[in-house]
Amino acid sequence: MGPEILRDLTFDIPRRSFQFLTGPSGAGKTTLLRLLFLSLQPTRGLIRMFDRNISSIPREEFPMLRRRVGIVFQDFRLLDHLTTYENVALPLRVRGKDESSYRADVLELLKWVGLGERINVLPPVLSGGEKQRAAIARALIDRPEILLADEPTGNVDPPMARRLLNLFLELNRLGTAVVIATHDLSLMDQVEARRMILSQGRLDIYE
Amino acid sequence: MSESRTKRTHEVPQEPAEPQQQPRRTEMRVRPMGPIVPSTNVSGHALMCVIAIMSFLACLTLGGVSMVRATAQSWQSQISREITIQIKPDDNLDMEKALADARDLALTFSGATGGNIVDRAATARLLEPWLGEGLDLDELPVPRLVIITIDENNPPDFAAMRKALTEIIPQAFLDDHRTWVDRLVAMANTTAMIGTGVLVLVFSTMVLTVIFATRGALSGNRHIVEVLHFVGAEAGFVASEFQKHFLRISLKGAGAGGLLAALFFALAGYWQSRTLATPETDQATALFGTFTIGYGGYLGILAIMIVIAVLTTLTARLTVTRTIYEIDLIRSDPGRTDSYQS
Repeated sequence: MGPEILRDLTFDIPRRSFQFLTGPSGAGKTTLLRLLFLSLQPTRGLIRMFDRNISSIPREEFPMLRRRVGIVFQDFRLLDHLTTYENVALPLRVRGKDESSYRADVLELLKWVGLGERINVLPPVLSGGEKQRAAIARALIDRPEILLADEPTGNVDPPMARRLLNLFLELNRLGTAVVIATHDLSLMDQVEARRMILSQGRLDIYE
Repeated sequence: MSESRTKRTHEVPQEPAEPQQQPRRTEMRVRPMGPIVPSTNVSGHALMCVIAIMSFLACLTLGGVSMVRATAQSWQSQISREITIQIKPDDNLDMEKALADARDLALTFSGATGGNIVDRAATARLLEPWLGEGLDLDELPVPRLVIITIDENNPPDFAAMRKALTEIIPQAFLDDHRTWVDRLVAMANTTAMIGTGVLVLVFSTMVLTVIFATRGALSGNRHIVEVLHFVGAEAGFVASEFQKHFLRISLKGAGAGGLLAALFFALAGYWQSRTLATPETDQATALFGTFTIGYGGYLGILAIMIVIAVLTTLTARLTVTRTIYEIDLIRSDPGRTDSYQS
């Protein structure tokens, strides 16, 4: 058992809400996102997700729950042998859907995130910002109920960060709850949104 | 978080993510969907080579062992199909009559199927390597032979035949080749046992090599398993994707190895049939038998290819399932090594 990273946290993420999760490096932002993404189980305490206690959910059911959550990893996690289009379409492909049923949606989303001209490009030749947007598009493609983004603007310049933030706001406007983990104060200052501040394992929330 | 989900389409954002673009160029075509598991990489090629080499060696061993077994059985069968009556010359013995009597007596026993008296010329030829050409049998007290062929599945009563022979012709001696047959049986069994042992060792090596090579090739794809798992793929889907990929690799590798082995036996058999009655071929045939493995041998090669394909596919499935299980284990035990711990 490792050190206790988070303790005594009580919070909820309302439907259609928008919030920043912030705090110094090592405060536990990624750990908290992983708890919300079911890739980590709390050593104690209770997490309810979609009205279910996640401790009592058998592992076979996790894929179905994860399909309702979109996640943007800090390191993008794009598959280098798949094109931008194929990476973004991956969540739909693994659900067994026929390509003809989602091709138009994927292309539309890629245009929406500004990658309409990069659909056949492999990730190694994409810029940091393009990879970031491809990762975001992959998280959005199946219209998740909640989007978790870990440092989504960590690898881009300020204008690109602003554009990505607009993307998240637009997504939130369309009904998805958004949690953005960041320690970029200038990014947070651009939006009046709920702030969840992690410090020394504790969470303070500023509505 | 809500249980309910609403269908919607992506609407054009009020502030587009991309700067205003000039009039659109022609629509880009999407390339045909690539496989989820990359079809070619260094570890995949290495695995294919390992599988090809191991299947080639396994097929050669199987063919070699079946050849040795067939040869040993043929030696044993040839020598146990005959018995020999040897009649030593004696002053009061009419040799030709004794030979005929001995043959006739032997043929009265059930299980004796034919008798052949080795005539004087044939006997002289038998002794030629030691006594030279132009041997006059009347000058030397050379024993004469009667060769009786027997039904090896229902042999005659040798003891009774021996007793009857010595009563009528005291100079007769019945050699049922038992000593030789026993030695050959022992040698054939030992050869077959050694061959089976070698086969078991080669097969075990093949199984272990294929399993470890498959796991090695898969370890380079762990990130793919993780990404698929995290975008909501079920374990069965991920396993089946890798299974298909490794089945293709193993079929190519095992096919190449098996075909090479089959080609080797076909060419060796062809060479042997083309060079019959030459000293080299006679020597090779005496030592190894004929280089033909028959339909059984080719079926064995096919079976090895299938075994390798099944083995690789199964290993891939189990390894992927285990990888997913480990990812979930990390979930429940954060103290474990985790590649993406912040």
